Amino acid sequence: MVKPLSLVGQVVLYAAFAAFIGYFASHPKYRHLAPDRAMVKLSMSHFGARECRTRSAAELARLPPNMRAPLECKRERSPLRIEVELDGQTVYRDSIRPTGIARDGVAAVYRRFEVGAGTHRLAVRLNDDARVSGFTHMHEGAVELKPAQILVIDFNPDHGGLFFR
Amino acid sequence: MKSKVNLRTGVRAVFERAEDLFDAGFGGANNPLRHLGALGFLLFWIVAISGLYLYIVLDTGITQVYESVRALSSDPRAPGGILRSMHRYGADGFMLVMGLHLVREWAFGRSHGFRWYSWVSGVPLIWLAFASGIGGYWIPWDRLAQFSALATAEWLDWLPLFGGAISRNFASPGVLNDRFFTLLVFIHLGVPLLLLVALWAHVHRISRVDHFPRRRLAIGTGLTLLLLALIAPARLDAAADLSIVPAEVALDWFILFIHPLAYATSSATAWLFVAAVSVLLLVLPLLPHPARQPVARVSPANCNGCSRCFADCPYAAVVMEPHPDKPGHKLARVIPELCAGCGICAGACPSSTPFRSVEELVTGIDMPQQPVDALRRELAARLARLEAAPRAVVFGCTEAFDVRALEDARTCAISLLCTGMLPPSLVEYALRSGADGVLVTGCREGGCAFRLGNGWIGERLRGEREPHLRASVPAQRLRVLWADARDGERLRAGLAEFRRDLDALGDAHRPRSIVRRIVHHG
Ligand code: HEM
Ligand code: SF4
Ligand code: SF4
Repeated sequence: MVKPLSLVGQVVLYAAFAAFIGYFASHPKYRHLAPDRAMVKLSMSHFGARECRTRSAAELARLPPNMRAPLECKRERSPLRIEVELDGQTVYRDSIRPTGIARDGVAAVYRRFEVGAGTHRLAVRLNDDARVSGFTHMHEGAVELKPAQILVIDFNPDHGGLFFR
Repeated sequence: MKSKVNLRTGVRAVFERAEDLFDAGFGGANNPLRHLGALGFLLFWIVAISGLYLYIVLDTGITQVYESVRALSSDPRAPGGILRSMHRYGADGFMLVMGLHLVREWAFGRSHGFRWYSWVSGVPLIWLAFASGIGGYWIPWDRLAQFSALATAEWLDWLPLFGGAISRNFASPGVLNDRFFTLLVFIHLGVPLLLLVALWAHVHRISRVDHFPRRRLAIGTGLTLLLLALIAPARLDAAADLSIVPAEVALDWFILFIHPLAYATSSATAWLFVAAVSVLLLVLPLLPHPARQPVARVSPANCNGCSRCFADCPYAAVVMEPHPDKPGHKLARVIPELCAGCGICAGACPSSTPFRSVEELVTGIDMPQQPVDALRRELAARLARLEAAPRAVVFGCTEAFDVRALEDARTCAISLLCTGMLPPSLVEYALRSGADGVLVTGCREGGCAFRLGNGWIGERLRGEREPHLRASVPAQRLRVLWADARDGERLRAGLAEFRRDLDALGDAHRPRSIVRRIVHHG
């Protein structure tokens, strides 16, 4: 039969098991971002430009009728060159290679920068065409970030290129 | 290599101390530390059943899911709320039990040799358990879900395969949609299902799997989780909001610890950690370790095809095949890769009876390193050397307390490969060859190094399992006392008490002798 003392022992051990699980299931709290900090994220995916040339009429005539595209493009796409400047300091500068074995896919980037909450001056520059020196797109402005707020730098040609969100 | 052995034996000692404590409270059959695998299965079922309930009642649209979880947690003591809490705590318990089980098997030296399959097949369970748990935390789509989903995405994105593509889904509101949630729920159903299949694979190679705890332990564990769910219901954070960082979260450290690790170091370090742990666990069986025991051997001439070795082998290492010469008869065959060399089959074989009047006793299935014939000879020789009464024979097991340390002028001891190897007739043989009493010992209840040995011999001696000890053998002259290596003192005390009882018994209940009794006068 179960002895009373061993019953007490069992209750104590079960309670210890429950307390251990109950505690570490939600404690200690994990602080992921200090209270006065905010976050800037660079997140975009975009097809870089392709190098194309116009086919001459003679060339077109030589092609089968269903393949007479006026432009002849290389398969490979241009990488994306991106710079991010925060309060006058360059925090990011990189060249993103297109995906795909033939480097013909989309080029995507995702980066996070922790910043203090408050007002910042943010500038982003993008080049998506290797044949152009300098940048093809630029966007800058003052941004006001509340604690824990996330600001996303994105790119969408339909929304006029680079933008902050 | 020495330091590893020391760490291992140190951890083993910690387990043994804890098991002593648990033995005092729960008893061997219900000691959770000796049934961690079974406890893991129980917790799996608790999580699965509560999870199915949640799956039925939750609405899985991206906006609806949070609301429907909130409805459940607004009334945490209603059935839905309780089941949600038990789902969470059950999953935490599963992780804890899995970790303890792994460390215990390692500490007891069970990661190699014939157990390599059990060990290696345990490793994918860890991956699947964490994948299930982490995915589960995303479902309520609160701030904690958002944190974990993004942390996982950023971690996965480190792999060249993804290159940022996953995290971008969480970068801004509006990208996630209902389809994402359908996918999530699908994953959270599918991965646990894979886990169940993997659990089956983990245990299917051994026989009579301990896959559910005894009733008392099962009820105790279930009630504990229920009480925990009532006292501290699972939380729900504010709804996810992708425009802010969940700066502080009430993290579940059992399941989500990888996120703080990845943030405190780097995604690469966290991957390295996962890869290193996995590789280490997977190669452990290949590292130097003690040599394997020789395996059991069948003597076809002495096997009558009764299948008892097949029934009792803990590792399913015996198969019964049609007898090549006798139509309609069966013959045992040993699969060497599976054989633990425990000798339990020799104890199960009816041909192992020492009363057979043959010069060399060859049994149906025997151990080359400790044949039954040698046992019979050793017993006779040692008994003859005893000088004083009461003459006691102790049968023990090399995996438990080393009984040879008990030998003196009145006691001889035989250490078996496993106490389950003892043919019950050898007990009778000892008593009829001049022993006044027989003490049988081995690993503590529920703690047999070969899983089933002490259970089988206990049943045989009580007459509950074939081959059984004949009822004519006087119970007063037999004692069973389980003792692990650290239980020497208790065993000595038990032996002393047994001797006193035998003295008191005098010549009463003495079975008929098969040899001339050696009587010492003076
Ligand atoms: C939570 C997940 C797991 C469950 C539910 C589980 C369950 C079990 C069960 C029921 C047994 C049979 C015990 C018996 O009948 O004696 C067993 C044996 C074993 N498990 Fe697990 N297991 C899990 C994870 C693991 C892991 C992660 C490892 C190590 C990598 C592992 C290593 C072993 C070994 C080596 C044995 C063989 C023990 C022996 O032969 O004596 N298991 N497990
Ligand atoms: S020695 Fe043990 S593992 Fe091998 S066949 Fe016999 S009972 Fe099975
Ligand atoms: S227990 Fe002995 S006799 Fe029976 S099948 Fe096995 S080897 Fe043959």
